[in-house]
This record gives sequence, C-alpha cells and structure tokens, in this order.
Amino acid sequence: MQVYRFTGDTTPDQVLNEAGEVVGELPDQAADLALRWYPFMIFCRKFDERAQLLQRQGRIGTYAPFRGQEAAQIGSFAVLRRTDWVFPTYRELAGLMYHGLEPAHALLKSRGHPDAGRMPEGFRMAPPQIAIAAQILHAVGAGWACKLQQTDDMAVAYFGDGATSEGDFHEGMNFAAVMRLPVVLFCQNNQYAISVPVHRQTASPTIAQKAIAYGVEGVRVDGNDVFAVYQAMRYAADRARRGDGPTLIEAVTYRLGPHTTADDPSRYREAADVERWAAAKDPLVRLRLWLTRQGLWDDERQAACEAEAEARVCQAVAEMEAYPHKSLEDAARHVYAEVPEGLALQLAERGKEAR
Amino acid sequence: MPRWTMIEAIRDALAIALRGDPRVLVFGEDVGKNGGVFRATDGLQAEFGESRVVDTPLAEKAIVGTAVGLAMAGMKPVAEIQFLGFAYEAMDQIAAQLARIRFRTQGRFTAPAVIRAPYGGGVRTPELHSDSLEALFAHTPGLVVVTPSRPYDAKGLLLSAIRSPDPVVFLEPIRLYRAFREEVPEDDYEVPLGRAAIRREGADVTLVAWGPTVPVAESAAAQAAAKGISCEVLDLRTLAPLDRSALQASVEKTGRAVVVHEAVQYAGLGAEIAASIMDLAFYHLQAPVLRVAGLDTPYPPASLEDAWLPSVTRVVRAIERAMEI
Ligand SMILES: Cc1ncc(C[n+]2csc(CCOP(=O)(O)OP(=O)(O)O)c2C)c(N)n1
Ligand SMILES: [Mg+2]
Repeated sequence: MQVYRFTGDTTPDQVLNEAGEVVGELPDQAADLALRWYPFMIFCRKFDERAQLLQRQGRIGTYAPFRGQEAAQIGSFAVLRRTDWVFPTYRELAGLMYHGLEPAHALLKSRGHPDAGRMPEGFRMAPPQIAIAAQILHAVGAGWACKLQQTDDMAVAYFGDGATSEGDFHEGMNFAAVMRLPVVLFCQNNQYAISVPVHRQTASPTIAQKAIAYGVEGVRVDGNDVFAVYQAMRYAADRARRGDGPTLIEAVTYRLGPHTTADDPSRYREAADVERWAAAKDPLVRLRLWLTRQGLWDDERQAACEAEAEARVCQAVAEMEAYPHKSLEDAARHVYAEVPEGLALQLAERGKEAR
Repeated sequence: MPRWTMIEAIRDALAIALRGDPRVLVFGEDVGKNGGVFRATDGLQAEFGESRVVDTPLAEKAIVGTAVGLAMAGMKPVAEIQFLGFAYEAMDQIAAQLARIRFRTQGRFTAPAVIRAPYGGGVRTPELHSDSLEALFAHTPGLVVVTPSRPYDAKGLLLSAIRSPDPVVFLEPIRLYRAFREEVPEDDYEVPLGRAAIRREGADVTLVAWGPTVPVAESAAAQAAAKGISCEVLDLRTLAPLDRSALQASVEKTGRAVVVHEAVQYAGLGAEIAASIMDLAFYHLQAPVLRVAGLDTPYPPASLEDAWLPSVTRVVRAIERAMEI
C-alpha cells in the first residue's frame, strides 16, 4: 500500500529574521529596493490608521485594515509590471497603492462611491473583490488570455487563508495547472478568516502544500519579510513568464487589526497573541532594523519620512472628500451598454419624485 | 415578558430549538466563537458545545450541501449564510439539490433544512451584503421562503421553520435586527408558515409588503391616513407558498393594491403578486396593481442606496395614483 503523507518542512522561507539579520539570499540592489519600500510601508501604515479613524468619525463606511500585511503586499506587488493582470481583494490596498492606485481612490470603496470600482487606466487592476475567492478564477481566465495572446504577461490572484476553503480556489488551481497558465496564486495567510483561525479552516499543516495535489509548485514564505516575499514572487513570476505554469505562494503573516471596522477581535483571539506578533514580527520593524544596520536609516530620517507620509495621507483624505458625488442616474448608465427602456422609465420617474 | 430586538428573538429561537431537540445543529461561518457577525448565535456555542454550534470552513456550497445530507440522514440542520448575497455561491445546492430531494425521490427522502441569511439594505454595507434575492428562492419549487418583520414573528416563524417538513429559506432583514423591541414570550411558541398578517386595517388600498418594507408600508399608510386615504398593510411573512386567501380577502375589500419590495422590480415577486391578485380578485379591482420596488440595477454602493431603496414618499405617491385612477 502506498500512503501519501506530507513530510515537508513547514518553516517559511526567510531572508531577514525577526532581528533584521540576513539569513537568506538578498535580492540584487536590496538597499535601493528597501529605500523605496520602507517609506512606502510607513505611508501605508499611516493611511491604514487614518482610514480607521475616518470610519469612527463617520466620514467613511466599513474599512478592512491591512496593518501587519504591508510586506506581503508590497514585496509581491513590486514584481508586477503594469501590463500584468492583478485580481485583489478588499484587503490589498497597500499593494494596490504601491502599484499605482491613488490613495484617494483607495478610500472611495469605504466611502461607498460607485467610482471605487472604476480602476485607473494604464493598469490591469480588477476592483477589490468582495465575494471570497471568486477572483481566483478570473485571474486564471486572464492568465489564459495572456497565454493565448502570446505575451509574457501574467495574472495574479490575491486571496486570504479563508478563501482556500472555497471551491473556486481548488477549481482555479486545477485549471491553471492543467492548462499550464501564467498565473500566480498569492495567499496571504493572516491566520484568520474573520473569527475562524486557519487551523479550523484547513487540516493541512500549510496552505502551500495544497499545490502539490494539483501538480503545481507551492512556496511558503515569511510574509512579514519583504525580501523573502519579493524573492518568492520573482520565482513565481519567472516561472509564469517562461511558460512553466502556475505557482501557489503562501505568505505567512498576521492581521494585526480587526477584520473590518465592524469586527470585535476580542471575541475570538487573545490580545497577548496580537501583541506577540506586533512585538516580534512587525514587517516595518524588521526592515528598519536591516536598514539601520546598513547605515541607511536613522531617527532623523524616520521623523522626516513620517512627516511626509502624514502629509500625503492628509492630502488623500482631502481629495477623497472633494471627489464629486455621482448620481444614481449616472451610475445606472453602466448596467448595460445601453440603458434599457424599463430602467430609463424608472429613472425618469425617480427624477420627477426628487423634484 | 422581555422586550427583545429581532436579533435577540432569533437567538432565543435557536436556543430553544437546540435545547429541545438533540437533532438540531447550528452551523456556518463565524457562528460559533464569534456568535455570528450580527450576534444571532451569541453564546450558543458556550451553552451547547462545539459539535452542535459549529464554525465551518469558508464554503457556502459546502454549508448548504452538507445541510442537505444531514437533513436526509435525520438531523435538523440550521445553516447560516453570512449574507444573502453569498447564497449565489450555494445556488446549485439550494436550487438544484435542497429544493428537489422530496420530488426527486417521490417522498422517499426529504431534506428539511433551514437556511438562515441576513439580507436587505439601508445599513451602508459593502457590495453583495444588501441584496434582496427572495424571488430566486420563491421561483424554486420545493422551498418555503420566510421573512419576518418583527421580533415576535421572527422567533415564532423560525421555530416553525426548524420543525417544518420542508426546507425553509429564512431571510432576516438586517435593517430590522435592532430597529425596535417588542414583547416576546420566553416560552416555545410557533407562528405558522404560509400565513400573512394584517398589520393595519384599511378600506381603500392594500399595501403588500414583507421583511424590510413592512415598516415603510406602515409609515406610508400613516401618511396616507392624514390625507384621508385608508390603507391596509398586509405583511406576507411567507413568500412561498403564497397566502392566497389573505391576499384575496384584503383586495376584495379595498379594490386596490400596491406591492412594496426592496428587490429589483423586473421579474420580482411584485409581478407574481400582481398576477395573483388578477386571478383572485379581478372583478373587485378599481385600479391596476402598482409596484414600488428597487431599481433594475445591482444594489448600489452605499452613497446611492437611499435614492435606490423604495421610500415612504414613493409608496405614498403610488397610493395616491391608485386612488386617482
Ligand atoms: C463568498 C463569501 N462568503 C462570505 C463572505 C463574508 N466574509 C467576508 S471576509 C470573510 C473572511 C475572509 O477570510 P480570508 O479569506 O482569510 O481573508 P482576510 O479577510 O483574512 O484577508 C468572510 C467570511 C464573503 N465576503 N464572501
Ligand atoms: Mg485571513
């Protein structure tokens, strides 16, 4: 009898350990990359804090914080080209802003503005997906198109640990594998799907190992180590562009904030657990330790960088609030290519009522 | 008697069902430790244990599909879909499986599961968290579709649903979860499925509403009364099968009807109800049946939902039109 059992190592790959010491292979031009990434991470952290404050003040609606996941997002988005397709969730605002989404635009979704989904021209960014795991299949389809169109572009699906329980994840991975599509399935395992911990989500010791059953390569990486994430994503992207098919990346990270501003994590996890991750594994702290050791960072730079980030966040909020309201009538023009007669009549009637 | 919100009444119904029948189990996403994202299952896992109040993996199709198997095998599953918009993920298991077990096996097997789901707008949620999809389920023979509009009914209807021999899709209006309190008996009682309720008696126009639009219809009736128009408010409570006799009795009396629902108008339940009224009370009608419903677009982002939703003003206007014709 042949019994298949997972015997692999579950330790995630690292380039920097928690102390910011190099324990793996740094990418070329690591210093330049870090000097680009770290200030952006500071900006994202401030953006995230401000967004939660705006929600409490009633200036925006529900918001899903990404605090703690900055490295997983920025390290992976850093590998994308503008012509690559990206299919994110509501959690990926840090990555999307790094890729080029205006911070003011990033706030429109929580603002409940219809243009939140109207992603900027010049990129191939799908709007943040709400239905868990649905976008994985879209990425597989877009990757299929890249292959048919004979470019070396690829498609990336972002999703969480919870999403790996949906059929869409399994069906998507299988399609991508069978057709050898240029796709990266990027899972941010932030340990929770709202209140459900990952060990109640799956009985596999890792998410990465799920790749094996589909004939796909799986990579497990420390998601709070921006260099390790970058290296993993480069590996997967090279495979995709070469025509070697899909890769599943599991970035092991931790959601330091609530699931959304409507969530109360004290109901399902210990504050001490959060503090442990925050103290030992904050992705910003780790990168700063390395930069400082290289002589590339000090308190003065930190202060200047924070002030600059603060100003950018303020500007984004002002732009978001100044963004013109869009009427229901204008939004309703986009249900079909042409407004059907019945809908036009409904709109005309409402127009009369409003007067 | 305690004064409870709808969410408290629902929680109490679940507790009574779990306490009284060992076959009952409650499961879904975040229903255990977290007590449900709206707290409908608050404290139930602590009281009844992890094998009866179960946090499932994130998979709606599996939640409904396993409910089918559990119910066929003699258990009483009460499964939660976290928001009705995510029932799309489970449509195959709901429409092609759950609803058809009895018919497919000609009564050899049944699947009397309850699928609970919060639905409806007005609370500024993200996309897919506000959709009113009752017509999809009402269009599926084999499913009983229920939606309460007040705490007392929510408890009694849910207990009836759990004891129903047929599968029940139990739709809970998010906006009414904590909108008001009313006296709810602490004991076990049932509100019968398939029976509408008259919320306000009237002589001129019947307002047919359910779930989230019942308070809208009630406010419109109050405003119309100030203008000398007497409206009857009929709360359907069960959307499938339809309480035809209640509909007939009311419209025979008033001769006019306005149907108010939040779901998009086109091919919505309003059309079915209008046609039923024509069948049942055509010769009593003094005006065409009118509809006040959601716009024929997807449910819009939060900044547009007030404009999108059927408002009291629109209902009053429809009442006046029905009177003018
Ligand atoms: C199909 C579907 N089911 C349920 C939900 C409700 N919901 C929103 S987020 C979430 C948890 C998602 O967890 P995970 O995939 O780990 O992503 P994370 O939020 O942790 O980034 C759930 C259950 C949803 N949005 N879509
Ligand atoms: Mg998660």
